[in-house]
Order: sequence, then C-alpha cells, then structure tokens
Amino acid sequence: MEIYLLILLIFMIIGSIIAIEAKSLLSSVISVGVVGFSLSIAFLMLGAPDIAITQVVVEVLILVILIRATITMDNTAIEGGGGTFPFVVSLVFFGLFLVFSFFAVQEIPKFGEPLMRVSERYLRTSAEETGATNVVTGILLDFRGYDTVGEATVLFTAIVGAFGILRRRGRKKKTEEDAEKVGILEDEDIKKDFEGF
Amino acid sequence: MPDIDEEIRDTSKGMTSIVKTVVRFALGIIVIFGAYIVLYGHLTPGGGFAGGVILACGYIVLTLAFGRQIALRKMNNKAASILDTSGVLAFLAIGLLGYTGGYFFLNFLGRGKMFDLVSAGTIPLCNIAIGLKVTASLFAIFLALSIFGRFISSLVDEDE
Repeated sequence: MEIYLLILLIFMIIGSIIAIEAKSLLSSVISVGVVGFSLSIAFLMLGAPDIAITQVVVEVLILVILIRATITMDNTAIEGGGGTFPFVVSLVFFGLFLVFSFFAVQEIPKFGEPLMRVSERYLRTSAEETGATNVVTGILLDFRGYDTVGEATVLFTAIVGAFGILRRRGRKKKTEEDAEKVGILEDEDIKKDFEGF
Repeated sequence: MPDIDEEIRDTSKGMTSIVKTVVRFALGIIVIFGAYIVLYGHLTPGGGFAGGVILACGYIVLTLAFGRQIALRKMNNKAASILDTSGVLAFLAIGLLGYTGGYFFLNFLGRGKMFDLVSAGTIPLCNIAIGLKVTASLFAIFLALSIFGRFISSLVDEDE
C-alpha cells in the first residue's frame, strides 16, 4: 500500500517539475492536471473518498477554465530563461526550507498514527449524535459548523472580488463633480470626456 | 427574441454538432449526479461543495458547447449573484436558528432513522444551501472570466 503511494508521489513530483519547465503553456497546464488527478487517487488510497471526489471535480473545473484561457491566448510560448542569480537565490531558500522542515517534521505525529484526542470522540459518537452516517459531513456541518460558515464566507468574498475586478466598466457614470474632484485631468481630456453630452 | 429550439440548432454558435449531441445526452446525467451528491451528502461520500461543483460543471459544459446565449438564458449573472447570496444567507439562517435551542449551529431538528434520506436534522438542509451557493458562485466566476474578461476573446466577440 505504502509503496504504491510512494510511486504516486514521485509521479506527482515529476509532473510538477514538467509543469514548471515546459516551454508551452498548454503542456504545463496539462501537467498540473496530471498532478491534481494523481492527488485525488492518493486521497482515495488513503481512505478519504469525500476529499477525492472534491479534488477530481475541482481539478476538472480548473482545467477547463485554464485550457480555455491558454488556447485563446496569442503568446503561449515562454521566452527566455531565468539568470543565474534567481537560480542561486531559489536554491538557497529551498535549502533553508529543507533544513527547517527537517526539524519541524520531527515534532509532528508519525504517518498513519494520528494523535486522536478530539477526533476519537468525533469518530465514536458522530453517527448517534448527528444522525448522519457520513462522518465527514457530520463533523463539517454539525460539530464544526462554525468553520464551514467561515469557508462559505471565504468563497463569497472571492466571488465579490472577482466580480469587482473583472467587470468591464464601473457602474457609476462620470459627472462634472468627479472631474473637479480628480483634479489631475487636463482641460482637453475633460472636453474629450464630455463631448457626447 | 428567436425561438430556443432554433437557437440550439444554429450551427454557427458553439462547437460542432458531435459535441452538441454528446452534451445533450450527458448534461442530464451530470445534473442528476450533482443533485444526488448534494442530497445524499449525509449518507454517502460527497456533500454540498462537491455536488455544487459538479452542477457548476454542467452549466460550464452547456456554455462551452452551445455558446453563451443559451447558457445565459438558463442562468444569467444576475440570477447567479442572487442564488449565491441566498445560499449563504440560508446557510447562516440555519446556523442562527440553532439559537432557538441554545447555541449556534445546534442541530435542532429530529435525528430521524439512520440511513434514511430525511434524517440527521439540519445537515441535509445545510448541504442544499451550500450546493446552491457553490453552483451559482463557480458559474458566476466562469461567467466573469469568460464574459467580462478579455483573454477569452472568442466568447466575447460572439455578439459584438
């Protein structure tokens, strides 16, 4: 079981390296998709079908949007590589990250042996206390409902931001007062703006 | 406004007729599967978020295959905004209704019999609210990227 997981993880690492190094944007998007789908298989092997379903579905959605975006872009080839300075800097920071994570990883519980303080009680009593036979949903929407409200708020804020940034023009029409308030416009610009009136 | 059947058969919009035929068969299955994932979230793996993303994928498939005029007739960006907001508010209202029994997010409805579709109190209602919210908001993001945005030029140029 663990050896399959290791093979899958190595496959994912190779996929992400290809995604970074590929010359064409479309092939790196496809490599990102490979990493995502491998991740969902890894979730499935670790016994988390809920997250596996979510991962597959979100990956499909993101791939559709990204491929749609990259196909219609004019310039999809990446030109020029980085110099030696960025390479050295990233190497140094990656080394620092490895050193610190070496010390940090020793503190966390071993793989496959979680602490099980609160989660043990959740797993034992979730079915009878919430009535939901899917323990994950029982925890998400009953024990930890407050966290889920936070997630919904995050998603809502993302939508509001996307709509605010991506809309084509502002809702407010330009008036004479705005021109006075801005103050940095030249006279000819203001005349040009108000030609239609 | 032209008839919707004529607009569906219009070959100049959207993708080829092969894609359109396949989508016509597959779309119902996609939507039913998404609704199943949402409604059975408290019994089987899945839940509001995963099911909502599947439903949003259904709308996106419709947009890509038939062009955006047909998809906008099913759900335009105003309807998507309203559904999105109402989903959040419904979820919050279910949480606040818990105060009738004492505290936030109390499961105030009866548990029911285990493995029944109508069981587990407020959890299926929360799933439906989240599913509604995720469907509308992800489709709205897709619309925002494809209609308001400039980089997906072919969709924008369709009627300009």
